[in-house]
Parts: sequence; structure tokens; C-alpha cells
Amino acid sequence: MEKNILVADLAAMKRFAFAVAKHAKPGFVIGLAGDLGSGKTTFTKYLAEAMGIKDVVNSPTFTILKIYRGTIPLYHMDVYRLETIGYDYSLEEFIDGDGVAVIEWYPYVHAMLPKNLLSIDIRATGETAREIRIQGEGDYDKVVEDVVRRYGN
Amino acid sequence: MYVLGVESSCDETSVAVVKDGREVLSNVVLSQIDIHQAYGGVVPEIASREHVKGVSMVFDQAIRQAGLRYEDIGLVAVTNGPGLIGSLLIGVNAAKVVAMNYGIPLLGVHHIAGHIYANNLERPIEFPCLALVVSGGHTELDLMNGHFDFVKLGETQDDAVGEAYDKVGRVLELPYPGGPVVDKLSALGKDVYHFPRPMVDSPDYNFSFSGLKSHVINLHHNMTQRNETIVKEDFCRSFQDAVTDVLCQKTKRAAKEYGVKQVIVAGGVAANRGLRAKMAQTITDVPVYFPAMRYCTDNAAMIAAAGYFKYMKTGVADDLYLNGDSRLALN
Repeated sequence: MEKNILVADLAAMKRFAFAVAKHAKPGFVIGLAGDLGSGKTTFTKYLAEAMGIKDVVNSPTFTILKIYRGTIPLYHMDVYRLETIGYDYSLEEFIDGDGVAVIEWYPYVHAMLPKNLLSIDIRATGETAREIRIQGEGDYDKVVEDVVRRYGN
Repeated sequence: MYVLGVESSCDETSVAVVKDGREVLSNVVLSQIDIHQAYGGVVPEIASREHVKGVSMVFDQAIRQAGLRYEDIGLVAVTNGPGLIGSLLIGVNAAKVVAMNYGIPLLGVHHIAGHIYANNLERPIEFPCLALVVSGGHTELDLMNGHFDFVKLGETQDDAVGEAYDKVGRVLELPYPGGPVVDKLSALGKDVYHFPRPMVDSPDYNFSFSGLKSHVINLHHNMTQRNETIVKEDFCRSFQDAVTDVLCQKTKRAAKEYGVKQVIVAGGVAANRGLRAKMAQTITDVPVYFPAMRYCTDNAAMIAAAGYFKYMKTGVADDLYLNGDSRLALN
């Protein structure tokens, strides 16, 4: 299933992330795509907030993986640098592990991702406005539907 | 006391011998930058493999250049975080081998503590002291009331400074790493765009560079679409002025509020010439120190120095269960 939603500002982005967080459970994999500055890390900050994580969630670009301890762990990855490589074995245990995995630039490591994931593609349409395409198959069909319903769009 | 420092948190394999936290007898650094350049940044798995390849040689050279034997070493200090986990583990395990084999105490050192203590290699740190740590992975202000007593006053809420530099460099199609190139070009440009100075007036000591990065990218995108000429030098200068204004103003305010005796700047971005110049102009009532250029980037001498003072303060070493931690906290 594929749905498009419009996010007008940061408050709406927060509402969207909180709707996604309702589905946070071990093994939940979220793929994020979108240009530099589109809001991938911003989405993740709100998701973490909704998951009860108190630490400052900042960019994982430098270390590729940052681990946060909430009610369940959040594994925040930025795989931009793996574009020409396509995988990294050291990341495998965190995807489909005991927590939620958020993977920025997920298309770059498509081969190492489970077939089923919630993909969120963010496109800037204005200063704060974003168009988000949210997509999932199998079990994630229901997740997409529920997130869109909760977000109310 | 001779301290053997070991650093492998990112893409530099380094081992050093430092006497009493001050005197560098050797500081061998094997950089992988040429290998990672092709990927626009450090690739973790490649970094781990390269560390494995070089680590034995780097240990041997550090000991030999210092004119010592392993038996002369009083402490093995190793970076145990934060950093790339696969890279950290190579240094930690190599350090354990030496510690176990020669019966030398082993001590884990925080990478940022190392960057701060790089300043101690030049002159003793005086307290209270304010440390601005700026690198590819970190941006924070720490207050130190004594050796190994860190109070984090604030940190970046999103991108680290060095990372914002690299991303702006990427948009401007500059070679990786973007930071030094942006710094170089900005010397030739003017601040024509007056980008926002994010959080410069916020009452806390936190930073945010993601919005500024987006602002630069949006303007670049819009100008490209309108077929306007992009003067890279002006883009670089405008971006750099915005970043350095925020860093200098916040550091100045913190230095005043806490009545520090000196300000030290640490981390890879401490090599930025624009930042060095502006910091010296902005803060005039207390001395501002930067590490020597060779100690700004990752090296083991700074880890040995930090390890020495940590050991002197606590007197406690770590056991051989010491592990790497990618998100290790400083305090």
C-alpha cells in the first residue's frame, strides 16, 4: 500500500511521527529517504520522543549508527556513505533486532534490508511544507493505513 | 610515567608514548583518508579492516620511536568511545593484548576528553576552564573545574559543525572532506547572504546547525534553478560566518558566566582558520588556546595525555572486560 500525506510544518511532522511511533515494537524497520535538509533526522527526533527517549537525538551521519535506550532500543542509522557499497555487515544485528531500526537513505542498502519495511520518502515542497509518501507491504499495509488514519489526512 | 596511548575510533590508527601527560616521545598516525575519500566519508567496515592491517606496525613504531620497551610503560590508555564500534574494538583489543602481556594497567579514555587534553600537550590547562569541542561528530561546550571534571553546558541538537561543513561542501560539489575546503574558499569570499545565526540568542548553551544547512541548500537549489551564477567563495564565507558567529558568541557568554581562566578549543574543526581568527577577536579578556594543528585531528598522544590525568585523579584502572561503546558519555 502507498499513501501520500502533506505535512505543513514541524507540528504536523511531530503528529505524523507520533502516529508512526504507535507501531514501534522490536523488529520494526523504518526506511527514510529525501534530500539533505528534507527532515529525516527531524522525523526521527519526534519518533524517539514518542518512544520515551530522553537523550538528545542528533545526526548519526558521522558514526553511521547511534543507539538510544527507551522502552525499547532505537537504532538510528545514516547509510549515505554506503551508496557505492550497498551493505555493512556490522549493521545487520540492529536491523530486525530487539528494537526499532530507522535507516536514513535506505535505498542505498536495499539488499540488506528485510523485504518488509515501512518506507517514508520526504520531499520538500516549501520552507516547512513536506510531501510524504508512506509505503509498506504485507503486515505494513495495516500500518500505513493506521498511520494515515491517526494523522488524519 | 610513560603512558602508551591508543586511538582507533574513526579512520586513524594511532599509537603514542607520552611522558607525564605532557611530553610527547612518539605519536604515530596511520591515516586512511585516501581510502575513504572515494566514498565521501568514512565507511565503517573498510575502516575496521584497515585498522587491523596497520595496528601492529603502528604499535611497534610508537615504541621504537620513543626509544623504549613495553616494559617501561606504566599505563595503557585507549579510546573506548564514542566512535565507530568496529574501529574502536580494534584499538581496545590491541591495547588489552599489550596490557595483559606485560602486566600494565589498562584505562579506557573518552575520545572527547582526548581532544580537550590535546591542549595540555602545549601548556598546562588552568581551571576553571571552558572547552569548546567541535568536530565531524561533536559540538559541545564543557566546563572543567579540575582535571577530569567535565560538566556539559550544551551540545548540538542535530548536526555537528564538521558534519554541516561536509554537507555544505557536498552541495557545492567540493572534494571530501568539505570542511577544510570551505574554510579555504571562504577566505576569498564575502558574507553576501547573511544566513541566520541559529540559536545565537537562546539562553542555553545548545547549538543547532541543521536549519542553517537546509537554508544554504535551499538557496543553492533555488539559484541553480534560476540559472544564477553561484560564487562558491561567497557561499562558503556566508556559511562560515554564520557558524563561527554562533560558536564564538556562545563561547564568550559561557566564559563570562562561569568566570573561567581560559578557553580551549578542541576537535577537528579547531583547525579551521576562520574560527581561530574570530575566536581570538571575540574573546579578549581571557586567553583562548587551540591545539597545534597536528594535534587537532585524531591522534593517540592526546589520548595518552588524557589517560595520564584520569589515572592520576582516580588511581583506578579498568579490567580486561573493557569494551568499546559507540555512544559513550563524557560524564
